[in-house]
Amino acid sequence: MRHVYGWLLLTPAAILLIAFTHFPTLATVYESLFSKGSTIRPSRFTGFSNYESMMEDPVFWKVLTNNFWFAVGTIPLSVGLAIAMALLVNRTLPGRSLLRLAYFTPTILPMIAVANIWLFFYSPDIGLIDQILGSFGIAGHNWLGDPDTVLPAIILMTVWKEAGFFMIFYLAALQHFPEELEEAATLEGASRWYYFRRVVFPLLMPTTLFVLINAVLNSFKLVDHLFVLTKGGPNNASNLLLYYIYENAFSYFDTNYAATLTVVLLVILAVLALAQFFFLDRRIHYR
Amino acid sequence: MIRAQANLRYWTPSVALEIFAAWVLAIFWVAPLLYAFWAAFHASEFAINFTLFAPLTLDNFREALSQAPFLRYGFNTFVLVTMLLLSQLVICTLAAYAFARYEFAGGNVAFSLVLVQLMIAPEILIVENYGTLANLDLIDTITGIGLPYMASAFGIFLLRQAFKSTPKELEEAARLEGCGAFGVLWRVYIPLARPTYLAYSLVSISHHWNNFLWPLVVSNSVETRPLTVGLGIFGAPESGVDWSIISAATLLSVAPLLIAFLLFQRQFIQSFMHSGIK
Repeated sequence: MRHVYGWLLLTPAAILLIAFTHFPTLATVYESLFSKGSTIRPSRFTGFSNYESMMEDPVFWKVLTNNFWFAVGTIPLSVGLAIAMALLVNRTLPGRSLLRLAYFTPTILPMIAVANIWLFFYSPDIGLIDQILGSFGIAGHNWLGDPDTVLPAIILMTVWKEAGFFMIFYLAALQHFPEELEEAATLEGASRWYYFRRVVFPLLMPTTLFVLINAVLNSFKLVDHLFVLTKGGPNNASNLLLYYIYENAFSYFDTNYAATLTVVLLVILAVLALAQFFFLDRRIHYR
Repeated sequence: MIRAQANLRYWTPSVALEIFAAWVLAIFWVAPLLYAFWAAFHASEFAINFTLFAPLTLDNFREALSQAPFLRYGFNTFVLVTMLLLSQLVICTLAAYAFARYEFAGGNVAFSLVLVQLMIAPEILIVENYGTLANLDLIDTITGIGLPYMASAFGIFLLRQAFKSTPKELEEAARLEGCGAFGVLWRVYIPLARPTYLAYSLVSISHHWNNFLWPLVVSNSVETRPLTVGLGIFGAPESGVDWSIISAATLLSVAPLLIAFLLFQRQFIQSFMHSGIK
């Protein structure tokens, strides 16, 4: 009887999960093996030919490289800042809760709103950054229109958005540190930097791994800002994999190629899932 | 005593430097939002001209509201988030109860299959899910925007943890009092998991209030479009809207959540801490 009840309770969730996660995952792989259909030529099975054209698609490689640099640019900086923020507000200091609030607020804002605000900072000549530079006599620059500066500009904005979110996990971890730890280090005459390097940082390692994996995950899932800031441009200089999938599906209406690209994204996510499974002890975070 | 000694070290130069750094960082972190407030409440000629006593105005908000139906968008978002949260709570509670207290055949395999959704969010499978929604005739409906998220692996996971940590003795006591399976769930498990419900709800609300890509694809009319999508269309650079008006529209879109956050910041921050993942 308990088998029946168990499955009955699970049924609503199971139907929805199968319909919107498991089935579409398999369907994506299946669709990637067919050619793009049109009214004259229906879609037909073409084996791996979509994958072959993907390998020869310069935009695909461009997008993948961008994703790599986006991750490399965003993650170390935002995780480093997150640790710094957590350590700063974990001690008693004047205005502690105000500081914590300031760091955390960007987390609550939608990426689309953040992009709207930052768009003005980056706009050429009239934008805030160019105005400030201009007052020092430095000429304006089209930050989002220049392929060399567009990705760094987006990285900077993403760091601002994410650091406070990651700080939360470090704060949670630091709260479980016994007070005696710092006292012992102080009595032993350890410098604060030594204490951080040899005690705090190693103890935070599980949190760092957890945050790292989530940060990598976010770097593949986060594309909202591209809709407002650059639409992937100029010349794909800021395009990311998920945005390219969206473009293929909903602008070029090539759902089969979009499916092929989605398979690549799924493989990346699977690798991350395995990393999480092997490197992480979940209990540390979920008590 | 030792505590007092530790506090004596407080005002060393390096600590003072840290406090200074903390405040500089904080100023950088609130500046963009403060700037949006400045631009929204001043006429556009003051957008980059920070005169301290520049006259305040609400014209930008009036203009934004007349150019796009933000109140309707806000209502859509509210309906979406409410409907989604209620369905999530019901569906996830039932599933979590099954995983926590019924050791049914295939339960472990089923649980790992549930966890797959933690990695593969519905918006990743945007192509296929759009097709499914079209088959169900749910394109351009608020139900359609919410449906793929109603069974939340994250919610099931959190509630299962909470239910598992509930002492079995309480369940047995309730059984002796004559409670059935749902009576036990309603009178024992759900009340004791209240902090988890709060944490999950706040994370879910802020996540779906801010979600953009999937609602963008599904909605294409004023009656279904949530705030984020409305703002995304409004703020598009080619639309040539005045800067101050975009700032006003941005603030209108984030205001309800931001105000809720400022009022209940402790609960919000605790919830994000408690939940571990979005």
